[in-house]
Amino acid sequence: MSITEQRPIVSKLEKQEIYRLLAEGKRVDGRSLLQYRNLDVQLDYIEKAEGSALVELGNTKILAAVKVGVALPFADTPNEGILIVNAELVPLASPVFEPGPPSEESISLARYVDRSIRESKAVDLSSLCIIPGRSVYSLYIDLYILDYDGNLIDASVIASVNALGTTKLPKYSVEGQNIKKLDEYFKLELKDLPVSITYAFFGDKYLVDPCLNEEYASDFTISMTVKSDDRFCAIQKNGGGMISPRGFLELLDKSITLGKELRRVAYSKIAVNG
Amino acid sequence: MNEKISLFKENGKRIDDRAPDELRPIKIKVGVLSNAQGSAYIEQGKNKILAAVYGPKEALPKHISLPDRCILRCRYHMAPFSTPERKSPAPSRREIELSMIIRNALESLVMTSLFPRTVIDIFIEVLQADGGTRCAGLTAAVLALADAGIPLRGLTAACAVGKADGKVIVDLNDLEDKYGEADMPIAYNPTLDGITLLQMDGIMSKEEIEQALSLAITATQKIHKIQVEALKDRFSVTKREV
Repeated sequence: MSITEQRPIVSKLEKQEIYRLLAEGKRVDGRSLLQYRNLDVQLDYIEKAEGSALVELGNTKILAAVKVGVALPFADTPNEGILIVNAELVPLASPVFEPGPPSEESISLARYVDRSIRESKAVDLSSLCIIPGRSVYSLYIDLYILDYDGNLIDASVIASVNALGTTKLPKYSVEGQNIKKLDEYFKLELKDLPVSITYAFFGDKYLVDPCLNEEYASDFTISMTVKSDDRFCAIQKNGGGMISPRGFLELLDKSITLGKELRRVAYSKIAVNG
Repeated sequence: MNEKISLFKENGKRIDDRAPDELRPIKIKVGVLSNAQGSAYIEQGKNKILAAVYGPKEALPKHISLPDRCILRCRYHMAPFSTPERKSPAPSRREIELSMIIRNALESLVMTSLFPRTVIDIFIEVLQADGGTRCAGLTAAVLALADAGIPLRGLTAACAVGKADGKVIVDLNDLEDKYGEADMPIAYNPTLDGITLLQMDGIMSKEEIEQALSLAITATQKIHKIQVEALKDRFSVTKREV
């Protein structure tokens, strides 16, 4: 059952300060309302994984790693590879993360990242088939949240796409119904570079890339993932509260503009490598 | 998604003979279960969904309660026989996410500060699924809350919009959801002019989203009228019995 979350209490003073600054178009950490925190991407962080990236967005730190295997395809997609996203809110990252079965937050995070990658067709799953109906590549993206300072969604999408951008798949030789792993690798080709833009709402005011205190003090967040061609491939409102239809439409143009900028910064390393 | 399935007929109608902006037939009945404080049943096309509300009641264990408001607990669940292939009764990742998304939509609707330290349980059981179950489930859950006499800020109705064969459509059925290009479930409260549930997957341009949103608002306003009628039916019957 989904239960009303008990948010850690943000002190009244801190909350008041966030609102007071917001009214003047300012933020607690000195950023402007539509400004992202510093973004740092480190590629190939885990050598044992076929692809990986460590992303730091301000103090939020996420490690994404891709493990590649061979699996039986799903019955309804016999010619397509398998893509699975999993997110771990590691207890060492925050006092609010607890060990145990996946929380609804981690499930919804993984499912949003999955939609962003799958629906944008960033990975051409039909190119990951070895023997139709029998053997296909499976790509497991595991997201490890190592330090939590808000906006997990945007950082997770960036980390996943970067990790995929570094992924090398082993080649297989096919003899009849059998396959044999070769000592050769090929690079996974990315067809799109999706980025997610997350807004936190305070009444009818909003800001982008909320840090943790802003996230706790906000009414709700809206995330939208923009493809390289400026079309949208995932949207989700998280948390209570409501947004007017006009307020929502306003975000579309903003996301396209912000998406272009963020995409350039977030994927500069894999774009150069490719 | 391998073979291309045509979701529009030659006459411009959808596979179930609807126009692009046409809803499936909707039947709602309020007050259908005897134990629950509030309940509602909805049929939307082939969807058959029950919603029940228990509470407000004491929140136990005590540490889950909040001093200034009631908390909501929500479970969206699909029956094993609701889909073509048997679905395991254990909650899937999808059901866990939807339980949360539906609860989020209800948080701003229920006047929670009236019942501090209590809990309201909301159960949604999908008996038969044919696309758009989270929306129909939410439409019914809102009525179950109203049936339980819990003060609400208006009624919220929900409906999915999306895109199939390049056309923006309303109230997607299972096939349109599976083989269409995009699905955007929306819950809208016409009294407060607020969107309380918003998701999208699939690919849509800015213009298509604008068009889909305006279709969603018209559709949810229609469902809202049906909700009001269903509530009137429920309470006019009670009056006669007294």
